[in-house]
Amino acid sequence: MNFTAVLAQIKPKLGCINENLALIEERIQSAKQSGADLVVFPELALTGYFLKDLVPEVALRLDSPEIGRLTELSLDISIAIGFVEVTDDYRFFNSSIYLENGTVKHLHRKVYLPTYGLFDEQRYMARGERFRAFDTKFGRMGMLICEDMWHLSASYILAMDGATTLLCLSSSPGRGISGDSLGSAVAWQQLTSTTAMFLNCRVLYCNRVGYEDGVNFWGGSEYIAPSGESAVRGKILEEDCVTAILDEGSLRRERIFSPMLRDENLFITLQELRRIEQERGR
Amino acid sequence: MSILSANTQLLRQILVGFVRDEVRKVGVKKVVLGLSGGIDSALVVFIAAEALGAKNVHAICMPYKTSNPESEAHARLVADACGVNFSVVPITPMVDSYFDMYPDADNMRRGNKMARERMTILFDHSALLLALVLGTSNKTELLLGYGTLFGDMASALNPIGDLYKSQVWQLSEEMGIPREVIDKKPSADLWAGQTDEEELGFSYRQVDELLYRMVDLRMTRDELAEVGFELEFIDSIYSKIQNSHFKRRLPVIAKVSNRTIDRDFRYSRDWGK
Repeated sequence: MNFTAVLAQIKPKLGCINENLALIEERIQSAKQSGADLVVFPELALTGYFLKDLVPEVALRLDSPEIGRLTELSLDISIAIGFVEVTDDYRFFNSSIYLENGTVKHLHRKVYLPTYGLFDEQRYMARGERFRAFDTKFGRMGMLICEDMWHLSASYILAMDGATTLLCLSSSPGRGISGDSLGSAVAWQQLTSTTAMFLNCRVLYCNRVGYEDGVNFWGGSEYIAPSGESAVRGKILEEDCVTAILDEGSLRRERIFSPMLRDENLFITLQELRRIEQERGR
Repeated sequence: MSILSANTQLLRQILVGFVRDEVRKVGVKKVVLGLSGGIDSALVVFIAAEALGAKNVHAICMPYKTSNPESEAHARLVADACGVNFSVVPITPMVDSYFDMYPDADNMRRGNKMARERMTILFDHSALLLALVLGTSNKTELLLGYGTLFGDMASALNPIGDLYKSQVWQLSEEMGIPREVIDKKPSADLWAGQTDEEELGFSYRQVDELLYRMVDLRMTRDELAEVGFELEFIDSIYSKIQNSHFKRRLPVIAKVSNRTIDRDFRYSRDWGK
């Protein structure tokens, strides 16, 4: 089924849920008016990124009024969005939800919380424990949050679980000023393109913009076709609204021309991984 | 091409965006900064003018009686070139009346006092104009500790603190800083004829090549020696970084509670912005 996705390249305010929610609602309304079927927001769109000790203060339960409001809005348009989730046992997750037809269709909790260089996520947040694909009106999808995608196994699992569209919600800081374009942008573009190509999957990458304490987020939200080609890419370092048209035909054709995923041998992979696991355990 | 070659268009976009975003999000429209006639403050004033509009930028030249008159002329040239507000506040009366009490003070004390005098003037104008103070220290001098703590190192926002001096030169070309300012020898201008490179004992281009490999690329001492740096040079720069580290940190707080500011009470400065 063909569908249109909007990548909302926004600039959230750090720790300001209500203001961010208003901004997000605006973007949802305009995506809806433009006739889009799905709107994707960045990682931690409701809260901003460098939260540190704010994490418990901005965390929302899945049954909070704010998530309820967004879920309600999904009656008209599907929504993927990132926020800080708090559970009954007071763990705080860097989470994303996929909302469709007024229900929470899927919840993904970021598994790979970077704690190196300028990152310090695992100091403040709990680690998710699963990668699962899920069914939507537009086919089977998988969600990843930023660093998750830098682990080959994450996208691989989702693809093996049947996802044909990978959503990556990101808050990627810009760094590296020696090349033709920003170092982190080049790295991400290689990653999303290679992932799409290896797994014959579409990739919808949504990254935020703005500055927090001098760190810039570079934007460049992008739709990468299953061939690995960039179909549309947002502005660098500026707010944007990227419209991507995902047609079923190109997915079908790519899977006929390059059936690597079909030929992927799950049995060998698992056999070898089990062996490695056993050997490591010794 | 040097390892320090930067994509100056991209750099310009990031730094202009930085000033615009970080200034406006705190609810302020204006900035104030010291304009010395040197290249660092010239570059920052150009970035600020592009980010906020020249009318929202206030540049203040604060000469002492021993400052080279050429410095003020260059500061004026730079301000005219980008159209920002410009004023001159001499610091001679304040500095001299203080040192009348300490006539034996050496050049270092006098230089530090001048830098701190300028800082108080900038922060006073911050309140007067409702403007944020922009810093103009580059990465080379921040790493070497070649600056005055709570003097020229004090600011609200520093657009060029992650740029080596060599990159300041590159970006200055891109942004069209007046040629005289780009070409002249860097100087703290505390006394006539002083130049940074003579005082430091090496050139900025030389030390930037080392700093980039040591700090950014994290090359080991052996690796640095292998690519041609003298061991003595490596060691002396390493100690300069180590011994000046206190200048790059907030004052140390003695911990007694469960939540101590900046140790386990951690928030971004842009909290709520």
